[in-house]
Amino acid sequence: MISVRNLSVSFAKTQVLHDVSFEVAKGESFALVGESGSGKSTILKALAGQLKSWQGDLDIMDAPQGAGSKRDLARKVQMVFQDPYGSLHPRRTIDDTLGEPLAIHGIPDRDRRVLDMLDAVGLSRRFRFRLPHQLSGGQRQRVAIARALMLDPPVLLLDEPTSALDVSVQAEILNLLKALREEKGLTFLLVTHDLPVVSFLCDRLAILRAGRIEETTDVADLRSGQLSSAYGQELFRRSVDG
Amino acid sequence: MSLLSVKNLRVTFPSDHGPVEVVRGLSFDLGRERLGIVGESGSGKSMTGRAIMGLIATPGQVTADVLTFDGVDLRDLPETALRKLRGARMSMILQDPKFSLNPVIRIGPQIEEAMAVHGALTKRQRRARMLDALTAVRIDDPARVARLYPHEVSGGMGQRVMIAMMVVMEPALMIADEPTSALDVSVRGQVLDILDDLVKRRGMGLMLISHDLNMVSRWCDRILVMFQGAIVEEISAGQLYKAQHPYTRGLVASLPRIDESRDRLPVLDRTAL
Amino acid sequence: MTTRSWLLSDDPETRMQARLGQFYRLARALLRNPLAMIGLGIIVLLLLVAAFAPWLAPYSAVQGDLANRLQPPSAAHWMGTDELGRDILSRVIFGARITLMIVLLVAVVAAPLGLLIGTVAGYFGGWIDRILMGLTDIFLSLPRLIMALAFVAALGPGIENAVIAIAITAWPVYARIARAEVLTFRNAEFLDAVRVQGASSARIITLHVMPLCMSSTIVRVTLDMAGIILTAAGLGFLGLGAQPPLPEWGAMISRGRSFILDQWWVATMPGFAIVIVSLGFCLFGDGLRDILDPKQRARG
Repeated sequence: MISVRNLSVSFAKTQVLHDVSFEVAKGESFALVGESGSGKSTILKALAGQLKSWQGDLDIMDAPQGAGSKRDLARKVQMVFQDPYGSLHPRRTIDDTLGEPLAIHGIPDRDRRVLDMLDAVGLSRRFRFRLPHQLSGGQRQRVAIARALMLDPPVLLLDEPTSALDVSVQAEILNLLKALREEKGLTFLLVTHDLPVVSFLCDRLAILRAGRIEETTDVADLRSGQLSSAYGQELFRRSVDG
Repeated sequence: MSLLSVKNLRVTFPSDHGPVEVVRGLSFDLGRERLGIVGESGSGKSMTGRAIMGLIATPGQVTADVLTFDGVDLRDLPETALRKLRGARMSMILQDPKFSLNPVIRIGPQIEEAMAVHGALTKRQRRARMLDALTAVRIDDPARVARLYPHEVSGGMGQRVMIAMMVVMEPALMIADEPTSALDVSVRGQVLDILDDLVKRRGMGLMLISHDLNMVSRWCDRILVMFQGAIVEEISAGQLYKAQHPYTRGLVASLPRIDESRDRLPVLDRTAL
Repeated sequence: MTTRSWLLSDDPETRMQARLGQFYRLARALLRNPLAMIGLGIIVLLLLVAAFAPWLAPYSAVQGDLANRLQPPSAAHWMGTDELGRDILSRVIFGARITLMIVLLVAVVAAPLGLLIGTVAGYFGGWIDRILMGLTDIFLSLPRLIMALAFVAALGPGIENAVIAIAITAWPVYARIARAEVLTFRNAEFLDAVRVQGASSARIITLHVMPLCMSSTIVRVTLDMAGIILTAAGLGFLGLGAQPPLPEWGAMISRGRSFILDQWWVATMPGFAIVIVSLGFCLFGDGLRDILDPKQRARG
């Protein structure tokens, strides 16, 4: 589904990614784990077509990322952002936000699709014409997930989707993401620093440090505490002991 | 005698639908210890910290039966006296250091400025103390950092600079509102160590306000769990999994674990509370 | 259900209800600001006077009665008459039309132009930003009235050319404001989100960026109205704006200048009109800023 080979990215004179390679199979949920500055979000940006220059090969659904138009890419890959307060346009109603991808791609039947999607992400239909500031953090994140699913993309890029949420709301959103993946057969690429979230939501993970992949492994190894790299072990320890 | 004594603290804000109480009758005592205040957004935890510091702006209203810091009644203290107290004996660190540091003054002079509360020191003494404080918060190259402006340092570094400022002031009470949530796990540990050091070696009282249940319960001597403006439960260190209140238990259960085997996470049923 | 609760509903059922509700909230906030209401009252009065000028004016604005030259204010001529025996009140009333036309034309030309240049510069950044803002700065660095004078001198005197000249001098301010506003949110995730959806830059700028700059631009345009009126009057005063016998307020003051010591009313009456209308726009603009742009309000 997603194939990243020898991806290198530089901003100005600093290289933020060094020869990163990994594969994500169809229907798989893959995590990129790292601290800030590890380059994990840069990988998502490259896949979403938001970087101007990079070296290496990026294939999505067996086609090079840059091959089609921006709109073709949008149909394959959508993204959920970290900050539910910053990722919704403050002056547009939920209806505007969810209708926008349909308008861009000229998809008909807007009313029905918006209402169906509200149901799918567990948002009451009466929120349809509210503005973002009239919703809670968890409700906004549901809107952000709904927006990403409007174009029915097979791949969802998740950039720390729950790190800005309260504990109890995080559980709701994680459950929702898991259910949507099962229902629609989505492929997830999750960026996070939170190992327990990986354990809940993912099948495999790669641990990144300073733009390099330290190890790629199965979530079973994470659950049993058998990460092979020293850095992976360190992250595991901190996650258990604080 | 306790350092800080609070009885029946209430914070009220007016709204379109009449006054809304965001802190509803809070009572606790703080000694020279690490007290954690945990709650989700909207629980009133931050408002509690701000109310104690006298930082609730109008139209917010603060009332309390007792609000005493080291024998001083904070309730009717004039603003000037309060400001003096805030600069010297009680201080606050916030989540984002960028809002608390003056952006146009270099870090070194800013810390030296904070020393003014301790009376006359020569320029040389002040500089030496400033560098000591930066070293104490584990900044490797204090002389270089002292020359930087706040926007030139990373979030973790900025937070340590804030704490260095607290170190030179040697406050008796520190209220830390989410001091580590903007930081990476590796830096988080260092910042907590520094705070720990201040409590143990200088006998400071620390109120740590956070949403991170695990971190607070592992690190603090005892924690107060807040829900809808009131304390629902007090838990002593490391006893989080023995929590009694359904809210606390619900929160603990809804956290994913590193050895997660559940297919769905239990969701807090707010209607049952 | 009352209309009020329908408008204020947290759960509007249609797009229409949501829009009306937002509008009602703004209107209600404005109603609570007495100074803004005074400003709005003055502006509405100006609009009414301009609309009904032929019915309101007791005499002709251009046809004078030479027998009644330079009469002081009286029951027959409330504001007196000028050196050609024309009723000043009638001229001020008809002048409202000219003033309003200048103000509207300038706003319609300058504000969208400035908004477009500012948002494009702010959104793209880089060399586009440098070129557009360099141009903007060149215009900003020249005094407005002098630049307007230069343009009118080049284009020839007349009211249309005055409008063009003022519009050319007015847009750079809006471009600057819009660009500054865009810089505060150009890296926001809600813009990333529409980019990921495949939206074109033109769509992002017009539908997502511009609406966020609208309120500050509207506020600024309203506050600038006073300046525009004064510039127009200044051009009229210098004989480069509206040409006689058009009853433009600035030109009227200019004519009255020769008699200012003995027949004060000739210059003063249109002067009052300018001051009051400018004040109206200023008050209204201040009120608008308070409700549309809460960030800029001084915290009390």
